[in-house]
Amino acid sequence: MRYSGLAVLAQGLTGNKGWRPAWRDPAPKDAYDIVIIGGGGHGLATAFYLAKEHGLTNIAVLEKGYLGGGNIGRNTTIVRANYGLPGNSEFYSHSLKLWEGLEADLNYNVMHSQRGIINLFHSDGQRDAYARRGNAMINQGDDAILLDTEGVRKIVPYLDFEQTRFPIFGGLYHKRGGTARHDAVAWGFARGADRRGVDLIQNCEVTGIDIENGKVTGVQTSRGAIRAKKVGIVVAGRSSQVAAMASMRLPIESHVLQAFVTEGLKPVIDNVITYGMGHFYISQSDKGGLVFGGDLDFYASYAARGNLPMAEHVMEAGLTLMPMIGKAKMLRSWGGIMDMSPDGSPIIDKTHIDGLYLNCGWCYGGFKAVPGSGHTFAHLIATDRPHEAAARYRLDRFATGRGLMDEEATGSQHNLH
Amino acid sequence: MQITCPLCGARDIREFSIKGHETYLHRPDPEAAPEEWNDYLHNRENPAGETRELWHHGSGCGAWLLVTRNTITHEVLGAQLAREARNAG
Repeated sequence: MRYSGLAVLAQGLTGNKGWRPAWRDPAPKDAYDIVIIGGGGHGLATAFYLAKEHGLTNIAVLEKGYLGGGNIGRNTTIVRANYGLPGNSEFYSHSLKLWEGLEADLNYNVMHSQRGIINLFHSDGQRDAYARRGNAMINQGDDAILLDTEGVRKIVPYLDFEQTRFPIFGGLYHKRGGTARHDAVAWGFARGADRRGVDLIQNCEVTGIDIENGKVTGVQTSRGAIRAKKVGIVVAGRSSQVAAMASMRLPIESHVLQAFVTEGLKPVIDNVITYGMGHFYISQSDKGGLVFGGDLDFYASYAARGNLPMAEHVMEAGLTLMPMIGKAKMLRSWGGIMDMSPDGSPIIDKTHIDGLYLNCGWCYGGFKAVPGSGHTFAHLIATDRPHEAAARYRLDRFATGRGLMDEEATGSQHNLH
Repeated sequence: MQITCPLCGARDIREFSIKGHETYLHRPDPEAAPEEWNDYLHNRENPAGETRELWHHGSGCGAWLLVTRNTITHEVLGAQLAREARNAG
């Protein structure tokens, strides 16, 4: 059924008895044209855009757990297009434009809120770096405003501006950035794909990838063998394990990234703020919780939880920046399993196996990429040609050294991003 | 998480920093094929379960350690001096 204000009114007047499950729960068929491994945000978005943009609907999304139970349920919900390097810049710009039309596309309220992001800087050098990044964003056609201290103070007067160690010199203001309701993004894409005929198959773990004469022919799963002409791997932190089923070793290490949320508070932070001198960023959810996160713990992990030293660092950085949150009680913390690539940028590419496609390496930035990743990966799978917005996300850039996208300029090796 | 340093005993994770997977102990010959260097620098098995990795006891004795650790449970299963591990082959 189509969701609308009228539907809510009509259902309200008739006892809400007409609502139906948002998607079916089909049994897997013997064969599909395309199998997508991974029913997270990126996998569901890929299926949705394959159906919407390319008219392909004989598709199954195979998910070993439940839809949206991975990183799309374990992030800090930030949406932005403030990257500086060619490759990333056009991709995230493309993704943000898709976000801006997403709710109409999906007929689903993902609570996308363009409340603005302010990246603070605390030195002359950092100001120069952000000025350069802002110029790159503007050149890409996106928005960026370089604020001085007073400009920042007008928007977020509650920060500790006079802190002795890291006084706030200003901030880069990206007004079209913001947040979205993370689970709803998964659910919206799931419903949109299902309505177009895609089979979303949960509790179906892929245990093998069938390859004959260098061509993919299907997958083995916990619910039986499924033949497929094309197979897409979109499994984030588990990329190495699934790729190993096709005898591939990936340039990926899985790491834990922690995030935290406080008890619900009255509205106090009405945008997204990132601290430039400690790894800390914060926004406030529509429920009122302050949602904040920090850096990787930096050791390989599949635990989906981190250790206390990083939690302590994040709290310290937060209190340095905005002492007013010191009395808020932290409710929960969690960790996502990040598929870290050596240069910190993702991979959307074919593999050396005919019909096998790879989408991984989202590091700690996968949430905002969900529509763009699904859209461009669908294009690659459907046409066998990379979408122009994701053409630089090549798997072979590490082997050749050409086209590395090291956004942080720290080097292209594991453990540097 | 605590790591038992062979020289210092059990110490808090804050005293250590990680370099990465054991791969780094096996640096290819300078003349090795590019594929070998690519494997050394980039490609990883990335195990879900037991792994061996290099840690530096920077806020302790300064030794490089080869630590055996479980990536699913974060359990530290053992540590030895990296140079001894390498000399043992």
